[in-house]
This record gives sequence, structure tokens and C-alpha cells, in this order.
Amino acid sequence: MSVIELRDVNLTLAGRTVLSDVSLTIGEREFLGVFGPNGSGKTTLMRAILGLLPPSNGTIQVLGQTASRGNPHIGYLPQVRASIGSMRLSGFDAVASVFDSHRLGVPHLNKAGAREVAWALDMVGAGALVRRSLTEMSGGERQLILLAQALVGHPRLLLLDEPLISLDPHHQRSVVELTRRLQQELKITVLFSAHELNPLLNALDRVLYLGNGHAALGTVDEVITGPVLSRLYGSPIDVVRLKGRIFVMSGEYDVELQEHRHDVRV
Amino acid sequence: MFAYDFMQNAFAAATIVALVSAPVGYFLVLRGQTFAGHALSHVGFTGATGAVLIGVSPIWGLVLLTVICGIGMGMLGERLAHRDVAIGIVLALALGFGLLFLHFYTAFAAQAASLLFGNVLAVDVPTIWILLALGAVSISALAAISRPLLFASIQPELAEARGVNLRLFSILFLAIAALATAECAQIVGVLLVFALMIGPAAAAQRLTIRFGWGVVLSMVLALAQAWIGITLAFYTDWPCSFWITALSALIYLLTFVPTGRAFQPASSVTTLIRKPGQRDVLPREG
Repeated sequence: MSVIELRDVNLTLAGRTVLSDVSLTIGEREFLGVFGPNGSGKTTLMRAILGLLPPSNGTIQVLGQTASRGNPHIGYLPQVRASIGSMRLSGFDAVASVFDSHRLGVPHLNKAGAREVAWALDMVGAGALVRRSLTEMSGGERQLILLAQALVGHPRLLLLDEPLISLDPHHQRSVVELTRRLQQELKITVLFSAHELNPLLNALDRVLYLGNGHAALGTVDEVITGPVLSRLYGSPIDVVRLKGRIFVMSGEYDVELQEHRHDVRV
Repeated sequence: MFAYDFMQNAFAAATIVALVSAPVGYFLVLRGQTFAGHALSHVGFTGATGAVLIGVSPIWGLVLLTVICGIGMGMLGERLAHRDVAIGIVLALALGFGLLFLHFYTAFAAQAASLLFGNVLAVDVPTIWILLALGAVSISALAAISRPLLFASIQPELAEARGVNLRLFSILFLAIAALATAECAQIVGVLLVFALMIGPAAAAQRLTIRFGWGVVLSMVLALAQAWIGITLAFYTDWPCSFWITALSALIYLLTFVPTGRAFQPASSVTTLIRKPGQRDVLPREG
């Protein structure tokens, strides 16, 4: 069974067409890297899969059902997460707040909830963070809490929006390895968006590259090629391979580095 | 001290208000909306003076206008960032209108001070019943929505994806906050609501990082502030609101005094030292 199926999908955001006529199928147990320039629709696509942004045309099926808000089978790590670092709240409470949270009443964990929260924290190895305040965690530690939040409810599909942003290379690698391990142990599908391809190269099953309203889905060798990326970027792109790493170049500039720099400035 | 009716009334009213405003304050601090709460109370001043102008009891004008404004703020959206200027301008405008209403109704000027700075020693029995009823409404409403509200406060994007209606809970919460603000203004006045609503909650969040304990502790601190404040006012004859604000500032300052490990969570430095064999899954920011 397909986990995500897009058929002739158009996504528009504030009058701007982000994706046009995109059709693709993502299967079970896939680790999918999602790439593309800023504004190419990585976040928008994830929000559409979550049912937060209905497509202006076409259909989105998630686990056999039309994408709709509140799907309990999807775990999500959003890109916007600035406010969480200013809350004087324990890591445990932050994760526990996710369990059964749509129900009215006073926050209270029953036995099943306590088990679920303990499991999620254990899966990401965040046991040491439960008694720490969110304000006193590093960006990477907070990332683990966010990942544990996404796991609460045993999702079958995990959407991670730019989890590597603001992490140094060493910790980027540990987040990628952790995600790959989760994906294989839990036998789930993961969509992992990022600016750079190389940190993810060894973990990926397939890549989804977005740009210019289009999408290309396939293995690294199929998608990360000059012709495919030139179409997505709308300008001539060279792909340079060096010692097992891949560089996407526009003229003499490394496209991903440019994107990264842009992001840091914003 | 309790031989006097007005002291009994003051303690009863302050107890109700402290227990209602502390949990509301806890969420205001957590959500970074303390300034919004502050502004709501100022709008209450306009409501109160306007009500007197048309011959209605000030408390109803206070309640009505704060709740309307709370709902309005909630409808503006979940993210209140960059809205400080807008809130500040509305706040100033509200006080301006309050002043205008006072200008038209000069006989009321003597009561203006008690509206602005509170006069808990003048609370009568009917007012206590009103406070009890409004307090019961706001505390039970907050209890009912606190679970999704906590989630929406911590992780709005994830909460939205999981089917929590952010806007609805934002509106409901600010309406509840408005009710609590109106109550609180009866004790410490519209200008000093911060001291009884935000102060204890902010101090509680500095003392514990557990949600449940934080709410309980903020209620305890608010009660302590109110009771001790009234007692000190009785024996010194200084204004009660002064003592409550002084205690609020004192308690908040005390939370910055370094203590043992009993209260403060372990510092990030000590827990970051990895034990041998521990999995390397605690990435640190670059």
C-alpha cells in the first residue's frame, strides 16, 4: 500500500503556485530526503500532507485516506519552533502534553499515556532530558524533545521539517543516524527535508527534489543529475561528485551553500 | 483582626481572586502573553468608568469590556509576536477613554483611585458573591480547556496538525483571562493586576519546571501575597495594594537567589558530560 499518493496536485500559498501538477507515490518503509531551494514548497508539501493546506487541484491520499487534519498516524516536527526555547517547562511535560491532547480536561497522564511518553523518550534516547527545563537545553537537545513529541502515538509516517538547521556537522550526523534507526526499527516512512544532500546520503532510500513548481522523485542517481536539477532550478546546474560526496553547482557557486547562507541571514 | 466584617470580606475576596488568577497567569506566562493580560486590565478601566457614566455598577462594565477585548485579541490570531505596539496603543487609548469618562462624571473622581489601584478593604458581601460566581466560571472553563491549551501553547504547529483548533483555544483562553483580570482588578486595581496574576506565576515557573506543581505553586504564592498583604495593610495602615505589589516583586526577586539542587534543575553543564558507553544522541548546537 502507498503511504502518500499525490495525483495532479496543485498547491497555492497566498496566490502563489508552489507546486503544479505533481503526481507521485511514496511507499512503506521509505526514508525520503526532501530537497529544493528556499520557497520551493518543502514545508508547504508537508502541511498539505497533514491536511492543513487543501490542494487547489488534485488529490492527496495518506495511508489510503484523503489527507485531513488530525490524522493520528502522522508524526510531525515543524520547522517553526522558536518559542519552545523560552518555556520553563520540563522535557517530560513537553512530550507528555502531546498525548491525547485533543481531548478536553485537565492535563493528566493515565497508564497508557505514561507508557507511550516513556517509549517515545526512550526511542530518541532523551531519558536524561526529562527533568531538564526547555530553556536550559541546547538546540540539539530540544530537537530530541521535538522528535519524541512527533513519535507520541506511534505514527506510521514521520514528517521532519529541516531538523538539521543550526546543528553542527557532528550533531547533524547523529540526528540523521537516529532518524534512520527509528525508521528501520519502527518500519515507518520518513520524509526528512534538508538544505544539504551530503549529510543524508548514506541514510536515504530515495530523494524528492522540489523546484520551480515541479517535483522529481527517485534514487539519488536518478534525480541528482544536471538535466533534472536544471529543470527544477530553471537555470543550468552541474552536479559534481567528489570522494563520495555530491555538490550541486550553478556556475561557480555551490547552490546548497548559497541556500544555507541565505537561511542564516534570515 | 477578623473581628471586623471588612477584614473577613477582604480575605474572602482575595482568596477567590488569588485562586482564579494564578492558574490563568501561569498560562499567560507560558504563552508569552503577559503584556496582553496587562492591556486587558487597562481596557477594564474604560469599561468601569463608562459603566458608571451610564449608571451601571463598574464591575459589569469592567467584565464586559475586558471579555470583549479578550475575544478580539484571540481572534487576531495565535501568534502575538510583533503585536506589542498594537496592544500598547489600544492600552493607552483605553486609559484615555477612561479619563474622558471621568471628565464627564466628575463626582466619580474619588472612586477612580480605587479602580486604578484597588481597595480590597471596601469589598462588600454582594461583590464577594459576584467574584465567586465569575471565578467559578473562569476556573472551570480553564480546567476544561487546559489540556489542549497546554499542547497548543508548547507546540502550536504540531497541535494544529493533530487537530487542535488553535484559534478557538486562543479565543477561549483570552476570554477566560479577561474574566480573571476583571476579578483581579477588584483587589489590586486595573494598574496592578500584573502583581497578583503574573508575579506568582512567573515566580512559580522559576521554582519548578513541572506543569502541575507550577500551577499549584503559583496558587500558593498568590494566596500568600494576598493574605500577607492584607494583614500588613491592617497593621501598618499602608495601602493593601502596595503590600501585594511589594510581596510580588520580593517573591520574584527571591527566585533569582541561588539555592541548592532542591529547586533548580541540574545545570546543563553537569548533565552534558557523557557517561562512558552512553549513546551519542544528545547533539549540541554548533
